[in-house]
Amino acid sequence: MHNALWNDDAGGFHPASAPDFLPDKRLKEVQLRRLRAVIGRAYEHVELFRTRMRERKLTPESIQGLADIARLPFMIKTDLRDTYPFGLFASPMSDIVRLHASSGTTGKPIVVAYTQEDLKVWAEVMTRTFASCGLHRGDILQNAFGYGLFTGGLGAHYGAETLGATVIPISGGNTDRQIMVMRDFGVTALCATPSYFTYLIERAADLGADLRDMPLKVGVFGAEPWSDAMRARIEEAAGIKAYDIYGLSEIIGPGVASECEAQDGLHVFEDHFYPEIIDPESGAVLPDGEEGELVITTLSKKAMPVIRYRTRDITRIIPEPCSCGRSIRRIRRIGRRSDDMIILRGVNVYPSQVEAALLAVEGTLPHYQIILTREQGLDQMTVEVEVTPEVFSDEVRAMEEVRARLGQAIERIIGIRVTLRLVEPRSIERSQGKAKRVIDRRGD
Amino acid sequence: MKLQQLSLFLENRPGRLDAPLEAIAAAGINILTLSLADTAQFGILRLIVRDWDKARQVLDDGGWVANLTEVVAVDVEDRPGGLAEVLKVLDQAGVNIEYMYAFSSYRPGKAILIFRFEDPDQAIKVLLDQGIRALDSDELIHADA
Repeated sequence: MHNALWNDDAGGFHPASAPDFLPDKRLKEVQLRRLRAVIGRAYEHVELFRTRMRERKLTPESIQGLADIARLPFMIKTDLRDTYPFGLFASPMSDIVRLHASSGTTGKPIVVAYTQEDLKVWAEVMTRTFASCGLHRGDILQNAFGYGLFTGGLGAHYGAETLGATVIPISGGNTDRQIMVMRDFGVTALCATPSYFTYLIERAADLGADLRDMPLKVGVFGAEPWSDAMRARIEEAAGIKAYDIYGLSEIIGPGVASECEAQDGLHVFEDHFYPEIIDPESGAVLPDGEEGELVITTLSKKAMPVIRYRTRDITRIIPEPCSCGRSIRRIRRIGRRSDDMIILRGVNVYPSQVEAALLAVEGTLPHYQIILTREQGLDQMTVEVEVTPEVFSDEVRAMEEVRARLGQAIERIIGIRVTLRLVEPRSIERSQGKAKRVIDRRGD
Repeated sequence: MKLQQLSLFLENRPGRLDAPLEAIAAAGINILTLSLADTAQFGILRLIVRDWDKARQVLDDGGWVANLTEVVAVDVEDRPGGLAEVLKVLDQAGVNIEYMYAFSSYRPGKAILIFRFEDPDQAIKVLLDQGIRALDSDELIHADA
């Protein structure tokens, strides 16, 4: 029925998008077949997985239906750290053709691997991502995701080439040059982090250029949380349609899920990545529609199968069918994470690190709050600390010293410059349950 | 010879000054004088009142951080050079002034300066040696009366 849409020459969806329209029954058949295969592979080649299966008295044969996935053990980020660098690989190194890694700012990085087949799958899901965002053969894509160990640049690169678009592998930074290229090469689509693109818009204005006068019509944005308010601002200022995409290097990189023309949730490419929503406390699987932590199982990964990976991202599966006609399910845009980890300029920061710094300086933990904002495309962190009788002085100089001391202690621990603001006692909102330590206004 | 000054921490935002002053007023406490030191981020409000213990209680109860510090109120001649003479005396004796502010009184020809010294006792001694008086709180209250 959708074959007409898959005809790329007609300006419809790329043929690679066919799985996006699979009837539910067919999709489930594909998922189950792949799930059983990936579990067999992981059980055979990955010691950590085999041990955990045996602890639960499970074998690959225990998995007869998709619902049995709930019996499988979870994987968490520290599993990837603990097995650094190659402990989770299910393929011999001779079959592995690519390695990527996280930045590893809080210790050892996480290493992820790809076979040639994995790279084909990656290119396919990124092709489907770009097709979902309305790109075609003939589009000229400026790829401003960073190239290198970070999965964004190369992930988008091969997907766009497979689609048949013309790729400009410009990577991040060098903003004036980006603007020149965008104008001179007649760029029609761009991918970047949303914050970098807002900076690019501002810089273009400084240079007397208006993106609305250029051929640019689509922006593909990911790698950080952003809001609908920010989308509206971007679309207005650049005269484009702005789409959110989702992915994580533990799973594959970008290409796990993508918005479509409806801009109403992100379609998960669930023939390759099986999504579940669980209660982050109990680990129980929640029905579609309920909010919880996103858990993903890679159904086709060869080099590094990842089974029931707890992403810590909080979202929900949208049960209603999408107006675009895709049958694969959607998740709501990721707004927050279950572990409160802050990603600030690509560096992972935890509120607990800020607490440790404040405790070390003053001996007692004052009430504090972390406020994240974005100025000129750069993440800014402000830590508000309530003044206590112990630190209060009637002398301005003494209070400025307190402020500097606290700010420097935090910077020393997290490695990022922060603004420290002293605030009045009881001015930070008290919570009935868990304290809300982080206010993220980066998407506003 | 020393006075208790109440200080409290305020954020430098519009309207932050109103609430503590209203709380003090509601408790029937009159402010003899005040000064506000401010930075871009925060301010420190310093108050001289008769009932500092009561005022401090009011502020504590209201959730402000307030503390008491000893300051010195110096009587100076209300004429050109009156302050300069006092400062010269302090400077020559090597007395460090943390901050100061003025207090107008109803007494003709007299002005009162509030000083916060690193070492108030030493400062008082230096001033007395030169015949400059520091007021105690009773005198200050009368000065206001």
